[in-house]
Amino acid sequence: MSTSLSVRSLVKEYVRGKRVLDGVSLEIAGTGLTAIIGPSGTGKSTLVRCINRLVQPTSGEIHFEGRDLVRLDRGELRLARRHIGMVFQEYNLVERLTVIENLLSGRLGYVSPFKAWMRRYPQADIDRAFELLDAVGLASFANTRADALSGGQRQRVGIARALMQEPKLLLADEPTSSLDPRTSVEIMTLISELCTRHGIPALVNMHDVELARRFAGRIVGMAAGKIVFDGPPAGLDDDVLKTIYGGANWLQ
Amino acid sequence: MNWWARAGWVALAAYVVYAASRLDFTWARFMVGLDNGARFLARMFPPVIAQPDSLLKGLTESLEIAVLASFIGILISLPVGLAASRNLMPVWVTWPARAVIAICRSFHPVIVAIVFVKAVGFGALAGILALAVASVGFIGKLFAEAIEEISLKQVEAVRATGAPFMSVVAYGVMPQVFSRFIGFCTYQLDSNLRNSTMVGIVGAGGIGGTLFSAFQRFDYDFVCAILLSIIGLIMLGEVLAQWVRGVFLDRTRVQDE
Repeated sequence: MSTSLSVRSLVKEYVRGKRVLDGVSLEIAGTGLTAIIGPSGTGKSTLVRCINRLVQPTSGEIHFEGRDLVRLDRGELRLARRHIGMVFQEYNLVERLTVIENLLSGRLGYVSPFKAWMRRYPQADIDRAFELLDAVGLASFANTRADALSGGQRQRVGIARALMQEPKLLLADEPTSSLDPRTSVEIMTLISELCTRHGIPALVNMHDVELARRFAGRIVGMAAGKIVFDGPPAGLDDDVLKTIYGGANWLQ
Repeated sequence: MNWWARAGWVALAAYVVYAASRLDFTWARFMVGLDNGARFLARMFPPVIAQPDSLLKGLTESLEIAVLASFIGILISLPVGLAASRNLMPVWVTWPARAVIAICRSFHPVIVAIVFVKAVGFGALAGILALAVASVGFIGKLFAEAIEEISLKQVEAVRATGAPFMSVVAYGVMPQVFSRFIGFCTYQLDSNLRNSTMVGIVGAGGIGGTLFSAFQRFDYDFVCAILLSIIGLIMLGEVLAQWVRGVFLDRTRVQDE
């Protein structure tokens, strides 16, 4: 099992002196789904966003594909980001573009801006887009505008867009927090199945512990900016959950 | 407060009376003016197209000035407006861009036209340049403001795919502002058409020159014909603007359920 991602002593301070991430270290190896759980404000989202540097780390190292992402300049970072797909809590689709255009925007790192503007993508990309559209169950929605879709449908497009990049790692920042319970299960099933099928490790940030238990092969629990648990879902007993979330009432 | 308010109104009334007295506005003058005005209107009707060639040339030149100035202005305001948007660009880029836009907006198009006539000589070129400057000032400012209102989440997602900057603009920014941008452009086209009838008065081409010389020759019935044809030109411009909007905005209009 090769290591896809290696985070070492990651620190993030939004305000000087207040550490949101306090020396986090994490290794992702193999191709399973890892869930990060923890209370709000504990740095889960910050951790995931530091990996593709949507948030700039204060210090630490993030090794991916043989390079330290923290040290990369803008051009190199852009190239590295092509191999990291991301799914967002609020889908972040380009609302006025159609579903197929949103999917193809996953290939923007590989196509010149002029060709992208003219919508001239290689045939292989277009074929792959339709395949992925089918895989997420939206085959007839190719020319629908993104803002005409429901939340669950939008997230499916978001997942397909991330997979269009042919990424080596999939990040998901609370992908189900804006969805109802049934759609949340559908989306997590989709992420889990597609990542297994394409052999892509997934790092998913979520606040629903049951969902994490059901879909993750490995759970990372965070509290106050540090990792306090790292192991299989079976090891997640009440004591561990209290350490992560604090307080006893919510467990009843 | 009440005392202050009343004192303010009294002061304002006193000033109005005083200013009016300074303006040499007498009742006698008003009556003479009405009489002159009536005679003036009588001389204007019926309108006569005294010099059809001159009229047609002036109108077409005004239209050309408006269209070319809008085209050049739009081309320039795209990058300038983008550079001026503070949510996308660093300070050392937005400051010069906003300064350029502010300068373009400061002067009335006729003043700018006078400057360009001095610089490049009489004729339509001066008018085109002057109105292009006015266009950059207007469209650039509104475009920058429109960009500053977009949702950055969509931009963030496109950035996260590793897209180069121009692709981020094309896919993340432009879809969100495109229809507003077209609106600004058609408004400016209309504004340029109106202004293009005026820059001719200072020698920058268009129907304004024809109008002014007819005036100076006391050819008031020709003046009337020119004024009516300007109304026709503006209405033509309105139709043109609607057509442009139809071409560009139809496919992004939200369908009613």
